[in-house]
Amino acid sequence: MARQRGATVEFRDVTKRYTDQVAVDGLSFIVPAGKICILVGPSGSGKTTSLKMVNRLIEPTAGAILIDGTDILQEDPVQLRRRIGYVIQQVGLFPHQTIEENVGTVPRLLGWTTARIRARSTELLEPVGLDPKRYAARYPAQLSGGERQRAGVARALAADPPVMLMDEPVGAVDPIVRDRLQAELLRIQRDQGTTVLFVTHDIDEAIRLGDRIAIMKDGKLVQYAPPGELLAHPANEFVAQFVGSDRGLKRLGLLTAGGADLDAGVDRAGVDPRAPELTASTTLRDALAVMLERAVQQAPVVDDQDGRYLGVLTLAQISKMLGSQA
Amino acid sequence: MTEGEPLIRWDWIGSHLDEIGFRLFQHVELTAIAIIVGFIIAFVLSLLILRIPRIEGPVTWVTGTLYTIPSLALFALLIPYTGLTVLSAEIGLVSYTLLILIRNIVRGIRDVPADVLEAATGMGYDQRDRFWRVEVPLATAVIMAGVRVATISTIGLVTVTALIGQGGFGFLILIGIQRFFSTELIVGAVCSVSLAIFADAMLVLLQRRLTPWTRVAQ
Repeated sequence: MARQRGATVEFRDVTKRYTDQVAVDGLSFIVPAGKICILVGPSGSGKTTSLKMVNRLIEPTAGAILIDGTDILQEDPVQLRRRIGYVIQQVGLFPHQTIEENVGTVPRLLGWTTARIRARSTELLEPVGLDPKRYAARYPAQLSGGERQRAGVARALAADPPVMLMDEPVGAVDPIVRDRLQAELLRIQRDQGTTVLFVTHDIDEAIRLGDRIAIMKDGKLVQYAPPGELLAHPANEFVAQFVGSDRGLKRLGLLTAGGADLDAGVDRAGVDPRAPELTASTTLRDALAVMLERAVQQAPVVDDQDGRYLGVLTLAQISKMLGSQA
Repeated sequence: MTEGEPLIRWDWIGSHLDEIGFRLFQHVELTAIAIIVGFIIAFVLSLLILRIPRIEGPVTWVTGTLYTIPSLALFALLIPYTGLTVLSAEIGLVSYTLLILIRNIVRGIRDVPADVLEAATGMGYDQRDRFWRVEVPLATAVIMAGVRVATISTIGLVTVTALIGQGGFGFLILIGIQRFFSTELIVGAVCSVSLAIFADAMLVLLQRRLTPWTRVAQ
């Protein structure tokens, strides 16, 4: 696959004003190349408007948006959009085209040869979990909701865009399919190194997927931080409420047993035999759950690869991490 | 009907195949010209309506009024201007197609789902490409439904143009009535109905060919 690194996306004091209201108000933040930035907030917070200004479906009233340092307002919008992947909640597959034709949309607009478009479509259906032999010749009406979403993601990836915009791309499918789709999105994003701007109203989704989270309210950016920092240091009461009163637990879901300050001085043989053995990559949230379930105070932690004993994790340590500001 | 004459004289049909063939050709020609010219005019007016929605009311009013004029009266009104010509016939026939065609073209384009349009624009279709490659194909089923109705009603109306010297199979009906000759009348009537049914079937096949995605199992 032709590999292209993601691009930096910068909002510089971006404002969108309609006659009767300000939808986005002085928005400034930078998404580093190859990172996933989640725009999250209640409805009407301006997150979707912000997203659509990046591919100029909505034109900003003031400010600048830069992709790799170039102001997109200086570019032809049609050419710009062909370089930016776009996935929306309703998917918007073309009902009159087969899945293969749908996936080949942007390559076709870019004037690729038929053979190259075909090869690219086939190549893209596999990683999103659609067997090209079964799905390439089907029409969207013949696919389930989840399958359509996958095809929509494949279509957005077709021309190796350095930036992808996703507007609640997994919102319309059931929770089980959503979890799988999210995991696949993450994997594809890591493989391709694409910069992703992703809109959702679901804070748990934001925490699970985001490298950075931009919390918006009433068109303003309230806080812009990595998930761990957001959970540890909510900027104000609104953010604290928005991330939820269980934010401590959520934060434990981002930390691993291997990252805790393990007590290596305790002899492995001396640990309570009922205690579950944890691997270093186990999240503290899962660790806490099994330790409470087995009613033990401590659990041994071993290396994921070689099973080497690393030390014990104690409830006291987890408790300390919950309260810590790190 | 003349006394003692059978309802249908098969020998007349056999000896007048040339005449029937000519009337078939005339009927198809009058219909085809009306549908093609009507479609072009309707398409242009539909584009204007889609771009300038406030003209929809006036256009609908004019085409609706044309549609309500009784066909016989319309053809009669045209005689002083364009005479007993194909032009008179076509002016009337084209006028009657406009209401149905415009309504279906406009509705077909407007019914294209908003998410499809947003995706198309978002991926870098310019307006013209989006219209021809996304909106028109997706409107085809509704547009073709309009073409079918317009074609059937035009095939019926062509028979009326016999009164201004045209008429296709209508000419046979008219002469049959004038001469009290049931064979010619029945041939004219049966052929024009058959032509309408055949044309509709052909258009259904064409529509299926043009919109294969509408027939897949959901």
